[in-house]
Amino acid sequence: MFLPFFYELRRRGLKVGAQEALALAGALRAGLHDSHLDGFYHVARALLVHSETQLDAFDQAFLAHFQGVESASLELTQELLNWLEEARERPDLIPEEVALLEQLDPEEIRRLFEERLREQKERHDGGNRWVGTGGTSPFGNNGFGREGIRVGGGAGNRQGRALMQAGARKYAGYRDDVVLDTRQMAVALRKLRAFARDGAPDELDVDESIAATARNAGELEVVTRPPRRPNTRVVLAMDVGGSMDPYAALVSRLFSVASQATHFKELRTYYFHNCVYGKLYATPQLTGGITVPELVAQVGRHHKLVMVGDASMAPYELSIRTDAQGHYKTDGLEGLTWLMQLAQHFERNVWLNPEPMGTWRTGTISVIARIFPMFALTVEGLGEAVTHLTRGRTVRGAAARR
Amino acid sequence: MSQAPTPVRFKGTDTYLTHESLQAAVNCALTLQRPLLVKGEPGTGKTLLAEAIAEALGHRLITWHVKSTTRAQDGLYVYDTVQRLYDSRFNDGDVRDIRKYIRQGPLGEAFSSPERVVLLIDEVDKADLEFPNDLLHELDRMRFRVTETGDEVVAKHRPVVVITSNNEKELPDAFLRRCVFHFIDFPDAELMRRIVGVHHPGLDSALSEQALKVFYELRSFTRLRKKPSTSELIDWIAVLKAQGVNDIKLDEQLPFLGALLKKEQDLVSVAEAFGRGRRPRA
Repeated sequence: MFLPFFYELRRRGLKVGAQEALALAGALRAGLHDSHLDGFYHVARALLVHSETQLDAFDQAFLAHFQGVESASLELTQELLNWLEEARERPDLIPEEVALLEQLDPEEIRRLFEERLREQKERHDGGNRWVGTGGTSPFGNNGFGREGIRVGGGAGNRQGRALMQAGARKYAGYRDDVVLDTRQMAVALRKLRAFARDGAPDELDVDESIAATARNAGELEVVTRPPRRPNTRVVLAMDVGGSMDPYAALVSRLFSVASQATHFKELRTYYFHNCVYGKLYATPQLTGGITVPELVAQVGRHHKLVMVGDASMAPYELSIRTDAQGHYKTDGLEGLTWLMQLAQHFERNVWLNPEPMGTWRTGTISVIARIFPMFALTVEGLGEAVTHLTRGRTVRGAAARR
Repeated sequence: MSQAPTPVRFKGTDTYLTHESLQAAVNCALTLQRPLLVKGEPGTGKTLLAEAIAEALGHRLITWHVKSTTRAQDGLYVYDTVQRLYDSRFNDGDVRDIRKYIRQGPLGEAFSSPERVVLLIDEVDKADLEFPNDLLHELDRMRFRVTETGDEVVAKHRPVVVITSNNEKELPDAFLRRCVFHFIDFPDAELMRRIVGVHHPGLDSALSEQALKVFYELRSFTRLRKKPSTSELIDWIAVLKAQGVNDIKLDEQLPFLGALLKKEQDLVSVAEAFGRGRRPRA
């Protein structure tokens, strides 16, 4: 019976499957949800969601699917709702009267409400007992009961709380396809690490020790090996100025995270404007730096190249010819060619683009995307980019699914 | 799933207040006998949850603190090869019995315990990426084989497994699928008031209101690198109480700010903001 809900979830990118369905069925059979939409919300969330990045999608799916179910579950008749439809305004009470109105505890109110629902057969307005409008009983709407159950006319009754919570979209900030905060970036970049044994041999190699001891006819022979150390080298280059200004804060965060990361053996950061013209600069003011031929000579093919930029510019800017110092030369190389040189040198390279993916099919973005594998500058995109950098295996297009 | 059903419902303890969604998650884990994976900001009580569950259910708690060098194998058992080598070399003791050199890890201990226990695998994300994958089978079947002796360790009672993660690494999908997941929200002011009340009973209400106000103001301060968390608030109030401070205002002279803010840049930026009489950007 909750299968349509499962497909709703899958449509929104939550990979729920048979295992989750069985788990949920088991939980419901055990009565963990207390026959309550509220309870169902919490139980389903615990079993179907596996990461806080999915909570928002879950909330939305829940809201879409169960919107309107809440009142039906209490068997409110349409008639009752009709009585409440045209709420009658009650003349103002004087403060003393308001203070006199009884305040009941929630359990009591609930019990009374269900009792009244069974007894009530007709419309009541302005009274103090039945479910109606403008009255002082704890039930109904537009009334003066201080604490009670609001029926129709607004945000539902107690059953509506799960929907209210889902509707609040508290977890929107954790979605992995929108924001990138420093911590999430650090998490994504951490996957880039790789290890190699390097340095002084000060770690005991048990297997080798046993083998060596055995070869040594039982005389103990201890073999040591160098410990595992991080072995990832990264070249990070960023587009600055002009069309990149709106993303400056985002990209500078990426840079600060990358430079703080301790798991890179080497990290080089460079800047360029729009397109690479022979030279990558050391500062955002485009001073200092290194020419592309120098860079290619200095760093190996196994460095990982990460370009960050919107790749949006006037088409002619891709074909400006310059020499390696970045000066215009009619016999120099085109901007596009410089980019290709970089892409060819580094075995693993990616281009991170803060522009929304929808705009990637046109203009200079599409041209550059043919040179560099392009990923969105979101947590999800960064994760895919890192996977591509480490294994060369990517699930492209997964980010576009929403 | 029908073996050893647990009708017991977890409702929190006197000193550990829960939200109903957290209770639902814990009860799912108890009923379905699956591991409970808890995530959340540092200092929201992930580790304390396991202690609270153990206390509420009256089970023993076994803790396994995961470090960056921890391997899944360490949790099951450790075969002390070097000791055995040395013993054989110097003829100390009987080296023919391998079992003497096998020490159980936390997971092995939990499995072989005669009664049901709560097993806390703390900060699972600290270890290598492969770590959770290596534990899949053991957590699923609740049994493993000691390859050196051929003995099989089978859990007599499936332990209640609580796993915490600080989100430093993504966990593999196959692992996540087998867990009940809960993300501990940062408590809202109302719950926080109750939490403070539990930890500091009899605290002057004016002081606690002021402290909470300052705390949430600081948290809304966007330039902070590390936001203060629940445990830090509780420590801070403890310091205030011990020092007999009973009036605090959010300004330059905030007492014992070091208990709340742990990064030098944060202290500087807070001092700057209040020093110039500006309100923090919310």
